[in-house]
Amino acid sequence: MTRTADIKLRAHPLWLAYILHRLSGLALAVFLPFHFWVLSLAVTRPDQLDGFLTLTEAHVVKLAEVGLVFLLAVHMFGGLRLMALEWLPWTPSQKSLAAGATAASFLIACLFFLKAI
Amino acid sequence: MQNLRVTIERGPDQPNAQREFDVPAQANQTVLDVVSWIQQNADPTLSYRFACRVGMCGSCAMMVNGVPRWTCRTHISKVLEGDSVTIGPLRNLPVIKDLAVDMDPFFDKWVAAEGVHHGALTRDDPIAPVDPAEAARGQADAGIECINCSVCYAACDTVTGNPDYLGPAALQRAWTLLNDSKDSARNAILEAVSGVGGCHNCHSIGSCTAYCPNDLDPLSAIAGLKRETAKSFFKRGR
Repeated sequence: MTRTADIKLRAHPLWLAYILHRLSGLALAVFLPFHFWVLSLAVTRPDQLDGFLTLTEAHVVKLAEVGLVFLLAVHMFGGLRLMALEWLPWTPSQKSLAAGATAASFLIACLFFLKAI
Repeated sequence: MQNLRVTIERGPDQPNAQREFDVPAQANQTVLDVVSWIQQNADPTLSYRFACRVGMCGSCAMMVNGVPRWTCRTHISKVLEGDSVTIGPLRNLPVIKDLAVDMDPFFDKWVAAEGVHHGALTRDDPIAPVDPAEAARGQADAGIECINCSVCYAACDTVTGNPDYLGPAALQRAWTLLNDSKDSARNAILEAVSGVGGCHNCHSIGSCTAYCPNDLDPLSAIAGLKRETAKSFFKRGR
């Protein structure tokens, strides 16, 4: 099969949800050891941690944090989706309704959050 | 449009060998009609498989532009890219020759998943009543229209990555029987589908459900098996 054909076979929402969940999980797995190492600085070398935390003021780091939150959100909702898909014997319309309700409540929560900050 | 440009993947002696054919376009023409025209008019050595031509026997599935389809019920106008189409043998199965694949692994897995009827009654027993309104019967009825075409098996990336995986069709058959009140081998089925190549290999990618030509839902059937095997594990310890 050609490469275009490979892509064509997979161009449907369920496969895209699968790959998004998988890739965000891998990216988080790469990030987490680094994250824990930075946290450990608080105990081992606090002065170095302070120096490091000033980096978070940089725009590029702030942008990276947006990416990180995106990865976390995408992975969390991907996991919830999988658990609903595999553990709840719901009909497709019930699942669509549940997904819609979750998305709507997430949106409202975000609006409140933005207002709060 | 006068002619269709049809590329056929030939094999397995010439791996990745492709041959192009010009096929006269008709107002009403299925992918299978196109393949048949080539075999009858351009290249009699072309091998392919079909039988009923009405979407019941499940023998004519092929990869059409990279997507598995039942070719007898796929209108060529629906899959043309410009005036071109590429037709190849089904994915995930050994190629015998050209467009004909060896279906043995597919049916061997069907049997390995206990996808055979396990009766408990004899001809002397009264016929067991089947209640169509029963929830389990609804689950069984959902998967019963499978025609064994192997489209889901060809679409499945998990089968590609793990040759031992039983695949969507066999597991859906197991789920159908598990919900069939006439079948008496519940534990044997659960045992068969929770083994090394069983339902827990499924990554819920969903290509099976996306491409099933009969609009069946093997993804949900496999999810059902995951639930039942998990329940059985916590109840019976296996």
